[in-house]
Amino acid sequence: MSESSKKSVNNLPSSEDVCIEVRDLRLFYAENEALHGINLDIPKHKVSAFIGPSGCGKSTLLRCFNRMNDLVDNVRIEGSIEIDGHNIYDPKVNVADLRRRVGMVFQKPNPFPKTIYENVAYGLRIQGVNGRRKLDEAVEKALKGAALWDEVKDRLQSSAMGLSGGQQQRLVIARAIAIEPEVLLLDEPASALDPISTLKIEELIYELKDTYTILIVTHNMQQAARVSDYTAFLYMGDLIEFDATNTIFTNPSKKKTEDYITGRYG
Amino acid sequence: MKNWFKSGSPWIWLSAATVSISLIMVVGLIGLIAVRGLSMYWPGQIHQMDLRTSDGKTDTVIGEVFDSEQVSKERLKDAGVIIETDKMLITRYLVKTGNRDVDAPDFRWLIADNVVGETFPKEIVVFERMEWGNLYGFIESVKEDGNLVAESTAVWPAFNERLARATKLQEDITSIEKHEIGSVNYEMERLRLKQRKLELKNKFDARAKQEIENEKTILDARYKSFQSKLASLYQQIKRDTIQVKISTGAVVDVQVGSIVRAFKPNAMGTFDKVIFYVKSIWLFVSEDPREANTEGGIFPAIFGTVMMVLIMSVIVTPFGIMAAVYLREYAKQGVVTRTIRIAVNNLAGVPSIVYGVFGLGFFVYFLGGNIDQLFFAESLPAPTFGTPGIIWASLTLAILTVPVVIVATEEGLSRVPISIRQGSLALGATKWETLWKTVLPMASPAMMTGLILAVARAAGEVAPLMLVGVVKLAPSLPLDGDFPFLHLDRKFMHLGFHIFDVGFQSPNVEAARPLVYSTAFLLVCVIIVLNLTAIAIRNRLREKYKGLDH
Repeated sequence: MSESSKKSVNNLPSSEDVCIEVRDLRLFYAENEALHGINLDIPKHKVSAFIGPSGCGKSTLLRCFNRMNDLVDNVRIEGSIEIDGHNIYDPKVNVADLRRRVGMVFQKPNPFPKTIYENVAYGLRIQGVNGRRKLDEAVEKALKGAALWDEVKDRLQSSAMGLSGGQQQRLVIARAIAIEPEVLLLDEPASALDPISTLKIEELIYELKDTYTILIVTHNMQQAARVSDYTAFLYMGDLIEFDATNTIFTNPSKKKTEDYITGRYG
Repeated sequence: MKNWFKSGSPWIWLSAATVSISLIMVVGLIGLIAVRGLSMYWPGQIHQMDLRTSDGKTDTVIGEVFDSEQVSKERLKDAGVIIETDKMLITRYLVKTGNRDVDAPDFRWLIADNVVGETFPKEIVVFERMEWGNLYGFIESVKEDGNLVAESTAVWPAFNERLARATKLQEDITSIEKHEIGSVNYEMERLRLKQRKLELKNKFDARAKQEIENEKTILDARYKSFQSKLASLYQQIKRDTIQVKISTGAVVDVQVGSIVRAFKPNAMGTFDKVIFYVKSIWLFVSEDPREANTEGGIFPAIFGTVMMVLIMSVIVTPFGIMAAVYLREYAKQGVVTRTIRIAVNNLAGVPSIVYGVFGLGFFVYFLGGNIDQLFFAESLPAPTFGTPGIIWASLTLAILTVPVVIVATEEGLSRVPISIRQGSLALGATKWETLWKTVLPMASPAMMTGLILAVARAAGEVAPLMLVGVVKLAPSLPLDGDFPFLHLDRKFMHLGFHIFDVGFQSPNVEAARPLVYSTAFLLVCVIIVLNLTAIAIRNRLREKYKGLDH
């Protein structure tokens, strides 16, 4: 970490701690190269947004951080991603452990068909936590953390499928933070939601960044501008630019970024 | 007209018609067997008919009219019955006259024209007996140890009192013979096997011999005490007799102990008849069969059917689910997996008798034979598992139905959305944990669907069972009070086979026909109950895991 903070690959100010280092990351779907050598340093306890037109590889990149791409047939990955100095693509890495440290929230809310309580307790139970009091505390903490507690505290034992879309998405976030990961990956978390739910999710992201390093993929540039501290612009599998969100949106250094921001394509 | 075709209504009408026809057929089928099967328990009127015989005399016949039909004169002539009449069609009645032991046969066709008088005397009594079927007649007198106890009007109450007493005694006798003595015999057999086992191991020394002898003496003493109890009970039950005047005018002696029930249908009101009817059906469901299965109940067959289906379900469910999980979740989807899947699907189409032959050859002779060699060497050459039994029947049906469970489970697994799986994996669950905690519960309604189909197929299957475990009459149930309580090696009775046996293997076809209907009705009921239970469970699971529809 100390080494890279000397010379960051991107315009990250040296005052920021680096959490994730991406080095020369290439990803192939069979013979198609989808990511062409990405180099990126992601700051700790900040929100970093990935923007770019459809098919630019931002979701694919996000899914590299918790090795979700492993589930896809015929995917090959080269290069390295180091989280806190450990390469997650090292063959010795236990993928399940990695995913406990790197939580993920998907585009569409995907609660399990269980009770609200069991949804949140799921990850803890997987880790072998079964004590009633411990679970109760963790569930309450996670639901409060996801700003859902007040809405569901009286019906923890009813099915999660009865919640609204926005509530389900916050439940999924609660589920992810219940196991206290270090990094939270959000894959277009608000794209399936109405404006009010979206606002709530955005407020939530703002609160969570004190505790977690958050990576968010979004289609919505206003959203990126609102919630993120840093923004990466990807185009056709290349990282074009990574900088403080303010700089990206007001004074981008690359022409492509400017064109995209100003809506000339995408 | 063209527009009408274009609108699609003809097809809607056509499909609605198909559905209605299917429904009508199902309801009609169940209705027919229900009516035919259940009507035999209604206590019908007993007719006393005066009959003109060919030599000008009159004959009296007592019995229930079972059926009537129109036959042509020619047919009767061919059958050797000559009637002086101009009519082409002649009505004849099928009358159940009973009294098989004194006045065979017990069913007779009577020509309606020959009946010159018909009455319904209230005093006619129907006796259901342990042997020889029904007896119809009038009670003349009641005797105890040969001494007259009651006559004329006093006979009915006196007889009923003695019948109750005899029934009680009969119950005691059955209980001792079946349970107590049965238990002693079972223990004796175990002792014999123990001795044989020790002999085979060359460990049958003086001490072991002494031990076994001691136990034998105790058992012998128990057996003797039961014997003497039995002897005295038999003594008691034999003392009561009644004299019955039958239709020919002859008077026969009947032991009260040999009578199951007696009733006077002509004297019964509608309410009495309803009570009697319900009781009769209960007896049919709860009693053991008598008289080569043509009389009495069918309880062992119901028990055997349900038990076999349950054991089969216990075997087929985990087996099918594990196979499906491997095929769908772990196996690499390629040519080999596809071939296996096609093979599994085709297994469902193999005729069931083929499975029966396979079960007999593989399970009974090979597997059972080897189990006997290994674990039950002491009872050889008498086979324990190397002979048809309920476990082999259940196993055979399990392999017969496993494709259905596999296909249904695979279907269910494939319907669990990928997003749910990813959600679980993203929380740090392994593939196995994801399967076990999320995917399998969500696929459980589909597994239940598979089980429902399997049960429906298995409960109705008869042909393979004849080879691997079903018998006409099983001496004891596969579940009883003797250790180890569940006897998987025993042969059992089955409703489907019972229908075949009663209907087509019985010497008394007329008596058996209603039994065929009622047994069939019961079989359908058992399957419906089993299915409804499974459907209820499935609906609860569906309610619980209704996350699939998004």
